[in-house]
Order: sequence, then C-alpha cells, then structure tokens
Amino acid sequence: MTNSRHDHAPGATPSDTMQGISAQELLSLRADMLRFAQLQLRDHAAAEDMVQESIEAALRKSSTFSGQSTLKTWVFAILRNRIVDHLRQASRTVNLSSLVDDDEDWQERMEAMFDERGHWRDGPRPAAWPDPETSLQSRQFWAVFEACLGHLPPATGRVFMMREFLGFESDEICRQLSITTSNCHVILHRARMKLRACMDTGWGRPGGASC
Amino acid sequence: MLSCKEVARLCSEEFERPLGLGERTALRVHLMMCKGCTNYRIQLGTLRRAMQAYAQGKAGPDDDPTPKSEP
Repeated sequence: MTNSRHDHAPGATPSDTMQGISAQELLSLRADMLRFAQLQLRDHAAAEDMVQESIEAALRKSSTFSGQSTLKTWVFAILRNRIVDHLRQASRTVNLSSLVDDDEDWQERMEAMFDERGHWRDGPRPAAWPDPETSLQSRQFWAVFEACLGHLPPATGRVFMMREFLGFESDEICRQLSITTSNCHVILHRARMKLRACMDTGWGRPGGASC
Repeated sequence: MLSCKEVARLCSEEFERPLGLGERTALRVHLMMCKGCTNYRIQLGTLRRAMQAYAQGKAGPDDDPTPKSEP
C-alpha cells in the first residue's frame, strides 16, 4: 500500500525517457510481447502489428503509467486490449471447420485416457505436480508452458486463449463463433485437458514415461 | 456415481458456469475418494493462474519484482 514511485531508472537521462518510460526498456519487452501475441493470434504479421501499435500507444500514454505495476504488466494490458479489439471484429473470428478438425484429432486421444467405465487409466491418471508457487517462478515451467500452448490445435487454442488470456466470457465466444454454449464448454474442456496432459509430460513428471 | 471422465468435464465447467447443487455434491463425493481427479482439479487451477500470470507479462522468475501476493 505504499505510494512510492520507482518508474525512473536511476541512471536514465531525459533523452531516452518519455514521462519516466524509457523507450529502450519498452523495446526490451518486445520479444515477450510478440511471443504472447503470436500464441493468441497464430498470425505473425498481425502479431507484429499489435505489438508495434501497443509500444507506440504506451509511449503516447506514458504519462498515465503510475509505476504501481511493473512496466511490463502495464504494457501487456495495453497489448491485451489491442488484441481484444482485433478479435471482436467479426471478420477475424475462427472458422468453424477448423474447430471440427481440431475436435476429431483430439477425441480419440482423450477417450484413451479413460477405461471403459470412464475411470483414469494408470498411465494418464494425474499425479501431484510440484508446488505451484515454486513452479510459477521456474523458467523451465514457463518454457514448457509456452511450448504446450503452441501445440494446442489452432482453433481450440485460440478459443481457449480468448477465454483465459483475454478474459472473454464464454458466452461472448459462443456468440462470435455461432456455436452453442455446451459446444463452447466442450472446446474449453478439451483445451484444458490437452494443456494439462502436455504440461504433465513435459514438466510435471519429467522422466516419467506417460504413454 | 460420476466417472472420472465426467468429473474432468465438471472441473472445467466450474470455470464457465455455477454448478448445480447436485453436481457440486456429486463432485465433492467423487473428489473425496479419487486422488487422480483431485490432482486434476488442482492442476487446472494452477494452469488457470499460469494463464493469467502469463497474460499479464508475469512469466518467469526475473521478470516481475513485485510481491506475489495480490492486493
């Protein structure tokens, strides 16, 4: 609850800062921003545009940066808003046929995780992961996390990230895609299941052979 | 009696809509007896937090010097 401001880097000179934000510092975030936008949009050119616009917007609005959050958090909020606006334009929504393809691919593997009574088979049965608080501080965790998100089928991944990264309500996602609520929930369910299985293999039990 | 497959679906649905009383009860009973589904549910929670942290640019140990606790 302190009001201390530390948005001025100690050695910063007026020439490379705008209202306390260093353009250099912003550019150093560019790679992370680009990876985030790329995961969400699966379109490199569009991701480049969003990131570029966000950096420009951040510089324009630099006087509103309070220093209460980190610069990165603040700039990511700008970037998320840009992406939300972009996705809300009807012409940019996921096409439905790719959602169906995603589904077919995944259905079989999901079924195989359970026996005929619907109980976990031994291999895929979830075992405890290391402590979450420690995990979120681990570079390894985030590397696997990014890779696993990248491996989600494109349309499924996009719906899931609209929900989880951008905070769209599932109702709005369904409306945009003209699918039923229950269909939408099934897509999200499969995305979570697949992401979890991927994290489990790549990080949760490294070395543990999971079929 | 819910199967693990049904429980996995409910664990995701929880994020999307309030579960009905019957669903909540059946879920709780199943979780008391099933370690696999309990782990599954905890892990979905971890992944959701990870998604939110990532979207806020908080991924990685060196990126965010602010305390972990939310205000």
